[in-house]
Amino acid sequence: MASITSPSQPGVNISTRVDKVGLRPRIAGMTRAIIAIIIAVIMLIPVMWMVLTAFKTRPEAVAVPPTFFPQEWSLEGFVSLMTDRRQLTQQEITEYSARTDLPWTDQIALLRGQVIIGTSQFPTQILNSLIIAGASTFFSVFFGLLAAYAFSRFDVPGKDDLLFFILSQRMLPAVVVTIPIFLMYREVGLHDTHFGMILLYTSFNLSFSVWLLKGFIDEIPREYEEAALVDGYTRLQAFRKIVLPQAITGIAATTVFALIFSWNEYAFALMLTSDTARTAPPSIPIRLGTGGIEWAAIAAGSFAFLIPVVIVTFALRRHLLRGVTFGAIRKG
Amino acid sequence: MSNIALDTITKRFKETVALDEVSLSVKDQEFFVLLGPTGAGKTTTLRVIAGLEKQDGGHVAFDGATVDTLQPADRDTAFVFQQYSLYPNMTVYDNLAFPLRSPLRRLPEATIRQRVTSAAEKLRISHLLERKTARLSGGEMQRVSIGRAIVRQPRVFLMDEPLSNLDAKLRESLRVELKHLQKTQGSTSIFVTHDQIEALTMADRIAVLNEGRIAQIGTPHDIYDRPANTFVAQLVGTPRINLLPATRLGTHLGVDKSPLDVPIPEGYMPERLLLGVRPEDIRLESNGQFTGTVALTEPLGVETILHITAGEQTLVSVVPGVAAYVLGGSVRFNLARERLHYFDLDGKRL
Amino acid sequence: MATIDLKQVEKKFGESHAVKPLNLTIKDGEFVVLLGPSGCGKTTTLRMISGLEAVSNGNILLDGRDVTWLHPSQRDIAFVFQFFALYSHMSARENIAFPLQAQGEKRDQITARVREVSQMLKIEHLLEARPSSLSGGDQQRVALARALVRRPAAFLMDEPLGALDAEFRESMRAEIKQLHLRQHATTVYVTHDQIEAMAMGDRIVIMSNAVVQQVGTPQDVYHNPSNLFVARFIGSPGMNLIEGVYRAGFVQLPGGAQMNIPYGWNTALERSLSGDGKVVVGFRPEAVRVKDDGEIAASVYADDLHGGYSMLHLELANGTIVHGRVGRDANYPIGLAMRFDIAPDMIRFFHPKTEAAIQADGGAS
Repeated sequence: MASITSPSQPGVNISTRVDKVGLRPRIAGMTRAIIAIIIAVIMLIPVMWMVLTAFKTRPEAVAVPPTFFPQEWSLEGFVSLMTDRRQLTQQEITEYSARTDLPWTDQIALLRGQVIIGTSQFPTQILNSLIIAGASTFFSVFFGLLAAYAFSRFDVPGKDDLLFFILSQRMLPAVVVTIPIFLMYREVGLHDTHFGMILLYTSFNLSFSVWLLKGFIDEIPREYEEAALVDGYTRLQAFRKIVLPQAITGIAATTVFALIFSWNEYAFALMLTSDTARTAPPSIPIRLGTGGIEWAAIAAGSFAFLIPVVIVTFALRRHLLRGVTFGAIRKG
Repeated sequence: MSNIALDTITKRFKETVALDEVSLSVKDQEFFVLLGPTGAGKTTTLRVIAGLEKQDGGHVAFDGATVDTLQPADRDTAFVFQQYSLYPNMTVYDNLAFPLRSPLRRLPEATIRQRVTSAAEKLRISHLLERKTARLSGGEMQRVSIGRAIVRQPRVFLMDEPLSNLDAKLRESLRVELKHLQKTQGSTSIFVTHDQIEALTMADRIAVLNEGRIAQIGTPHDIYDRPANTFVAQLVGTPRINLLPATRLGTHLGVDKSPLDVPIPEGYMPERLLLGVRPEDIRLESNGQFTGTVALTEPLGVETILHITAGEQTLVSVVPGVAAYVLGGSVRFNLARERLHYFDLDGKRL
Repeated sequence: MATIDLKQVEKKFGESHAVKPLNLTIKDGEFVVLLGPSGCGKTTTLRMISGLEAVSNGNILLDGRDVTWLHPSQRDIAFVFQFFALYSHMSARENIAFPLQAQGEKRDQITARVREVSQMLKIEHLLEARPSSLSGGDQQRVALARALVRRPAAFLMDEPLGALDAEFRESMRAEIKQLHLRQHATTVYVTHDQIEAMAMGDRIVIMSNAVVQQVGTPQDVYHNPSNLFVARFIGSPGMNLIEGVYRAGFVQLPGGAQMNIPYGWNTALERSLSGDGKVVVGFRPEAVRVKDDGEIAASVYADDLHGGYSMLHLELANGTIVHGRVGRDANYPIGLAMRFDIAPDMIRFFHPKTEAAIQADGGAS
């Protein structure tokens, strides 16, 4: 019988003699916090660099010695990212400089001797990323949940083998199968389609999703559903009313992981899409302008790319902390 | 009317046989207890009755009609689990109402409210109705679990060790309450436990299970006074019964390696057998027939347990009140002859 | 072997007390039981003695040595856990030898010592087995052997019988007590089961809600509980407690019964009770005497067989349930009206507000 006799965490590890009682735990706590902050800052420096570079001018972005904070704040990178421009002749430059009715975006373009001729592909690509990553995350979590529940609760014939097979997919590096899938997709006409990409990402995420969710569902005692069954509920109703609310943490964690995979996926996106369904990752690094690689634009693109995932993760943060460790540790 | 009949139920889990042709019948309004050690098959039996497990052989019948093909929802049973039966995100009221809100029943809210409040009153948890179940104590949680079964007004209550996870004191008080509730409600109940005190105090009849087979079925008095074999004899009664190997010596049965002997009773007696003496049937008397030494005393306040060595055998006896016996001291005692038990070497009652 | 001294030992989590300031002296070789319901502070106290939990205030002395801030490994104690805590990847022998190996003992000394303790606990035939293949009782014996092997100054046991089946608990209880009689080791034993505490303890420390309720021998706490909590907690079932009103010479009980005040209590009751005369009358089940002309009227609530005796549950006029111990052949139908007396020398009185026991006048037991 496991009776809870004290609402405590494991005791402080005492290794030295101390006279004062109250001081030690507090110092330990502060030291830990300071170390954590230092590590966090070090980890975040590359990200901060990237975000700050997005607001630098083109020359400053590649300046040597490099500057951390922009000396001159500019939206050049964003403009370059979001628009298509053409180079102006010297005469046109003089003409345009004289005008006073230029929108701010054109003014920025003019600084480099360019005029905006339209919106770039980037907004469409971000939209594609949102659609494809969002849909594939949803489907992989949805089907993953149903499969995980079945594996957890039912006596599926060949269950162990099936589970291992599903796990083994995780061992497969995506790059290995890009060529075969490319050929298949082209034959079937799925090349460069939203549906094709969603199908692909869902399949890859499914294995991870089933494994993670099964761990969470295993932790939910069977007795809850059995009580509902005996009381007159169908299994589906028991699943909806009882298992689902308790599995929210696991679902949140799985969603975030699946989303991050789909969102960042590069190899397949590069090979299997061109114009219609191209997502952001393949397009961000290739920003060639007249003056060479547009680093500020790349930084701006990365920054824009970062935001949706940060928002989702932040929204689910409370579920995540519990979710990341919970499903993995088996109670003995 | 709610009679439950099990006819040669067999259940296998991969390699192990959990239930081996188990047959029993429970009468209407009876409090029937399945008693046995962990792994004996009691929970499996209960789950087969509920329909949560499908048996490999045999039939389950309610009131004469087989229910083998019925889903758990259609059998009209209520199941109280050992733990994890309350939904943590809901209040006590919602937990109690949950069974009644199932689509199978479609009861109007007014009826639901009436049944919930009446059950809460019976179990003295009316003051907890608005609380979230996560903030209840262990005893309160089990009351709510039982309440959830009561609101269903089922044909039979199936309870799987509902008191096992509670503190000893809580178990004592809930035991008495449960028994009183069952008797005044007149509900047929099948109760699983490994605690023999629970079985003796609560049951109208007990079925003792051992490794998937029935060892004996009878009233508490039957089980205690006339155990069918050594397994049952050792299972019920604290302190445990003394089982002493004995040999037939002429007109007496002599306990091996000790000066104890008793006259041979009526009926067949083999050469070698096991003599069973319950601790309370060892009477310490100053003019007792036998002598022994006190090896250990366990003072329990209301009575004292004495471990007495006679020869090379140790007997456990229990005497009322405070016993002023000194460790190593000598005592005289008698064995209550009319209350002795005799078993052959396979453990069967003679 | 050693004495253990707890001086004003206290444990707080934030603002709430898990253990309020506690003073206790455990003599060399004594078997002391910390008894109480879940959450009362007994395990926290044990863990503070062992060093697995830091004290918030106070000092712990082991044989006069201040060990309050020492690491558990420096305190020379052995801990036995409820769930055995055996290393599942090692054999029983390796488990038992582990503490000695950790201390750097010589191999032949370790072998000899392991054989010695396994003989003591009768587990020599199990030494090569893995813990997972052993029964609960045997696993606990291995855990006990592992604790014994170091000959520590004190043994600390945290509900070691809690995870065992009922039949093992009885025999292991006697075994542990016999082990203690032979070894005379200072032992602190935590349990929520008052039967264990009574059977095994030289003294029992009863705790509830972070506070010590009473410290005494099993006889003390059984026959003279110091307050209502102890009266209820000790004994199965606990003491019957009914409300009465004290009038000169007798006590009025529910249902109109008038109970004569036993010899030696009058002055004490007169002195201790306030104007309204309310008092709590306590008596153990074995004090109930069913008689046709008994003083107190009741009806049968339930009646059950306990084996060698039966327990009769009686409902008084005001709804209180009283338990009485009767012969095993008694058979009382529910609802039957009957009467009983209380054996005069077994009556106790408690103050209804302070819940403390009222002491009898000098001379009465």
